[in-house]
This record gives sequence, C-alpha cells and structure tokens, in this order.
Amino acid sequence: MPSWLMVWPESPGLSVALLLVVLVLVMYGARAPAHRVIQGIAKAITQSCKLTAGAIGSVQNRLAKRNREVLLSEGLQETERQIEQEFQRISASVERDLSAYPALHRELADQVHRIDEDYRRVTDTPPAPDGWTQTVAAAGALATAGHAETPAAKAVDALRVAIEEAHEDAMEEYRETSRERHKLLARMVPTWRDMASTLTRVEKSVTGIFERSRHLDDLMESYREIASKSDAAERTLTSSSMTQFVTSGFVLVVALLGGFINFQLIALPMSEMVGATSRLGAMQTSDVAALVIILMEITMGLFLMESLRITRLFPVIGRLDRRTRVQMAWATFAILFILASIESSLAYMRDMLAADRAALTQTLAGTVAQRPEFLWIPSVGQMVMGFILPFALTFVAIPLESFIHSARMVGGQVAVGLLRMLAFGVDLFGFLADHAGKGLKNLYDIAIFLPLKVEEVVVSARAREATAVQEVERTPSTA
Amino acid sequence: MTRLIARASALVAAATLMSSCEVAPPGRGVFLLLDTSGTYSGELGEARTVVNYLLGTLDPGDSFGVARIDGGSFSEKDIILRTTFDERPSVANDQKRAFMQTVAVFADTVQTASHTDITGGVLQAVEWLNEVGPGRKTVLIFSDMEEDLPEGFIRDFPMDFAGVQVIALNVTKLQPDNVDPREYTGRLEDWRDRIEAGGGRWAVINDLERLAVALDL
Repeated sequence: MPSWLMVWPESPGLSVALLLVVLVLVMYGARAPAHRVIQGIAKAITQSCKLTAGAIGSVQNRLAKRNREVLLSEGLQETERQIEQEFQRISASVERDLSAYPALHRELADQVHRIDEDYRRVTDTPPAPDGWTQTVAAAGALATAGHAETPAAKAVDALRVAIEEAHEDAMEEYRETSRERHKLLARMVPTWRDMASTLTRVEKSVTGIFERSRHLDDLMESYREIASKSDAAERTLTSSSMTQFVTSGFVLVVALLGGFINFQLIALPMSEMVGATSRLGAMQTSDVAALVIILMEITMGLFLMESLRITRLFPVIGRLDRRTRVQMAWATFAILFILASIESSLAYMRDMLAADRAALTQTLAGTVAQRPEFLWIPSVGQMVMGFILPFALTFVAIPLESFIHSARMVGGQVAVGLLRMLAFGVDLFGFLADHAGKGLKNLYDIAIFLPLKVEEVVVSARAREATAVQEVERTPSTA
Repeated sequence: MTRLIARASALVAAATLMSSCEVAPPGRGVFLLLDTSGTYSGELGEARTVVNYLLGTLDPGDSFGVARIDGGSFSEKDIILRTTFDERPSVANDQKRAFMQTVAVFADTVQTASHTDITGGVLQAVEWLNEVGPGRKTVLIFSDMEEDLPEGFIRDFPMDFAGVQVIALNVTKLQPDNVDPREYTGRLEDWRDRIEAGGGRWAVINDLERLAVALDL
C-alpha cells in the first residue's frame, strides 16, 4: 500500500481500518450513481450484443436464402442438363432405330406377304372320298362273281379298272403336291425366323425408348419439385451436395497422390534438362519444371473433358460450335499425347540416372559395379507409368467440377452454421453482461452492507414513528 | 477494370518469378588438404576413403578440391584437382569418376615431403573457396597438424576465415605427444585460436564415421 495512504504510518492496521471505513462511506454515498453506471454499462453491452446478434442473424438468413436459391438453381440446371441429355439419347435412339421404321415396315410386309402366298399355295387337296372306293370294290366283286363274261360285267370291270387307275393317278398327284407343300413350308421357316428377329429388334428399340421415357418422367418430376422450391427438394439437393463434396474430395486426394508419384518420376530427370543448381525461390527449377509439366497435363485434361462436354467448367468452350470443339478436343489430346510421351522418356531417363548413380556409389565404395539381371522390368514399369499417369490425371476434371460445385454449397452451409454460432455467442455474451451487471450491483451492496443495514433500521424506525404519529393524530379526531 | 487488374497482377507475378529465377551459387564447397610429410604419408590410404566418401556425398553444382601439403603449400603446383561439378547429374557423375581416378593415381605415386606447410595450404584452400563462392565453405585438413616450415617462410600473421569451417581429420599422435599429451592438445588449441581469430569455425574429427555429422552434409 502506498505510504501516502497511511494516515498513521506507525500503525498500519489502524490506517487500513480508517481507509476501509472511508471507502465504505464513500461507496454508500455514491451507491445510486454507481448502480446507475453499472446498470448502464450492462444495458449498453446487452443492447449492443442484441443488435449485433440481430445483424448477424440477418446476414445469416440472407446467406441461407442465397444458399437456398443457388442450391435450387444449380439443381434446376443440373436436372435440365440431365433432361437435355436424356432427350438427346432418345432422339439418337429414335434416329438410329426408328428412322429405319418405314423400311422395317416394308420388310415386315414383304415377309408377311411371302408367308401368305406360301400359305395359299400349301392349301391341301382332299383325297378321293371313301364312297368311290367302296363302289369300285363292289363293282370289282360283282365283276368277279361269275358274270365276268357278260358285257355288263366287262363294262363294269373296265370302269373299275379305269377308276382305279384314275384314283392311282390322283393319289400320285396328291403325293406330289404334298411334297411341294412340305417344300414350301420348309421355305417359310427362315422367313418366320427373320420376322421374329425383326420383331425382337423392334421390341428392343421400343423398350429402350420406354425405359428412357420413364427415366425422363422421373427427371421431370424432380424438376417440377425443384421448380416449386419445396423443402423436400432442398433437403435432397443438400444431401446430394454433401455426398458429392465428400466423394469428389476423396477422389481428388487420390489424384493428388497420383500427381505426387508423377512428380517423383520426372523431377530427377528434369534436373538433367534444366540443371540441378538453379532455383526458383525456395524450389529447384527442375522441380518447378516437373510441376509445370504435370499442371499442363491437368490443364489439357480439363480442356479435353470440356471439349467433349463431359464437364462444363468453361462456358466459353461450351458456346463453341461442335466442329470447333471436336478440333479442340483433338488438339488437346495431341498435346496430352506428346506430354505423356515426354514423361515416359523422362521416366526412362530417371531409371538410367538412378542406375548410373548406383554404379558410381559402388565404384566409390570399392566394389565392382554390377547391373542387376532384371533391371529392365522397373524401367518398363516406370515408362508405362509415365505414359499412363497423364491420361489418368485427365479424369481429375470430373471430380474437380463436382468438388467446385459442391464446395460452393457446403461452404455456404458451413458459413451459415458459423454465423448461427456467432450470433448465439454474441447473444449469450449480452445475456451474461446483463446478469453480470445485476451481480455487480449486489456485490456493491454487499461491500456496504453495514451502512445499508443502518439505513434500513433508521428508515424502519422512522416509518414506525410516522405511523405512531398518524395514529395519535387520528385518535382525537375520531374521538 | 477487373480484367485490367487481373492482367497487371499476372504480369507482376510473372516478372517476380522471372527475377527470382536465377542461378544460385553452388551449395557447398569442400577443399581437402592431404599431408604428405614423412610422419603422415602412411595415412594416405585413409585419405582415399575420405575422398570417395565426399565424392559420393557432394551434389551437382558443388565444388571440390584436393591439394597436397608439402614444404611450400601456398602454390598451384600442389593442387591435385579442383572442380565444380556440372549441374547435370550424369556429367557430374563422370566428373566424379575422373576425380577418383586422379586421386588414386596421386596416392599411388606420391613422394613424401621434407617439410609441412599447413598454413599455406589452408590459405590456398580459403582463397579458392572464396573465389568459387559456394553457400557453405569447408576446409578439411588430413594431417597430424604439426607444422614444419622451411627456413624463411613466414606464416605467423592474422588470416581471414570468415564463413569457413576448418576441420582437422585423423589427427594422429606423434611420439612427443605420447610423452607429453599436452603437446597434442596445445597444438590443436593453437590451431583453434588461429582459425577462430580469423572468424572461422574449428573442429577436430578423429573418428571418420562422424564425418557426415560434422560436415552436416
């Protein structure tokens, strides 16, 4: 305690006690303004926090609304894109399968006509009725019964012979026509098979179109739901975004590892081309060059995917006409092929450099440098990897597009969550400040409880006196 | 406007990249001095091992020199070979092979010197390292550190070893050291004082297994 506060420096206890008494008296005297100050500060903090929380909440609501709009808009666009693709597929299918329908119809009609003609030609001729056979048999029996020499018997017998011959001829002709019919029927079999095959093709085409139509119906239903901005659609799209974000993020991490392997393949041989001593900032120029090659491959992959309309990250490329896009796709593929070839040769050079380095180390160690027998296997493996990896990296464009789109949604959701937490925190702080003000006021009163108690006693005594006086004054008047 | 700003930023970034793309000085410079005096020439087999180890450790762009210590070491004729390895790894490997051959030939044909001018060799090594300008400069002295100057040679003057690490390797004990070990420690302390007075760093490595740690290669 500073010495100037000591009233009696020789007796510090007494000085402190006096100081405390003075302090309590001052605090008692300043109780009302002190309470107002504490209350004012607490109220100011509480009000500020409420205002801030309100503002944050408003920003959060706006952001959430904006997120919802973007989410639904993206969902609409995506569904439109799917519907468009589905229509294109149906169109292609119709063009491919059903454009030939008139020819197919004609073919079917021809086949039916041929079958009909053949069918008419195989109409069966009934054989001779049994009555004639019986008549001829009776005539034969009559002729051989003993009257064979009579002219009538001879005539009957001649008639029988003639009829039998005619019958034999008819039977022979019938057999001949039956053979013809069987031949015709045998000829009809491939025609039936052709027709069955044609009808199967038609069925497949029509079934495919029906399936696509059903998918299209589902898409249209989804589109209508998104267009109506329903909560269910929003939930579905949010869930879909999260799934896409996680999946594409995972694939990108895998691609990143692939890129790292690619980098390791070409970084060492790059030092043979650009030197191992020059540096670009903190990195060796050879490392930067290897990195640039990998980034160029990824860029070419992006352009290739964009030209093929697999991804849609660059609207400028999407607006190009089909011919230009095809040319661009071929150009990017050619560049990618050249880069892959370069990388493959660099991978081979890396293997040579590593072998040279190993040989030098062996020589320096005093041993005879030996070349392993199957050294060509890792060489070939590295060359193949060097050639394949650039093309594999091309497909990074697909998860990248999903990641960019879903990151917008997920980022928005995270921002909304953070703002909500911030608003809650600020609100909570205001609440705590309000209660801290009340607590401080109570603590203040605890510090000066003695004069307050005295005040309370005095006030109550005065109140009793006033009551007694009032009663005394009231008593004579009533008397 | 936004496009203009973007283009300007791209130009500035490109200019920054191009300006920072320059050939940095080679990373390391090592100069090895080999004592060929009569009392130490028997240790040259070990020296070949050290040379081979250094050749295996140094990278393209690093500088490496080897010189002998004899009666008057501050002379170019004592330099066996000195080179800065090519920045291409394959060429650097060829240079290392040639280096190894040269040192092997030297070790096989070296004749013992009658005097030992260590200071002259160190001066020459520091002069070459300063001329080449590597990022880290190291002088390795493969000797018993017993200086024996010819008549009239002056070496007791202050020297500048700023930024140079001087390491004495395989400092063998002489007969007088065995009689009085203070001779040995006193000799090494004298060298420490001279190097550190010139702004350099001093170290002694008798166990060659620890060379990598000491060189921090």
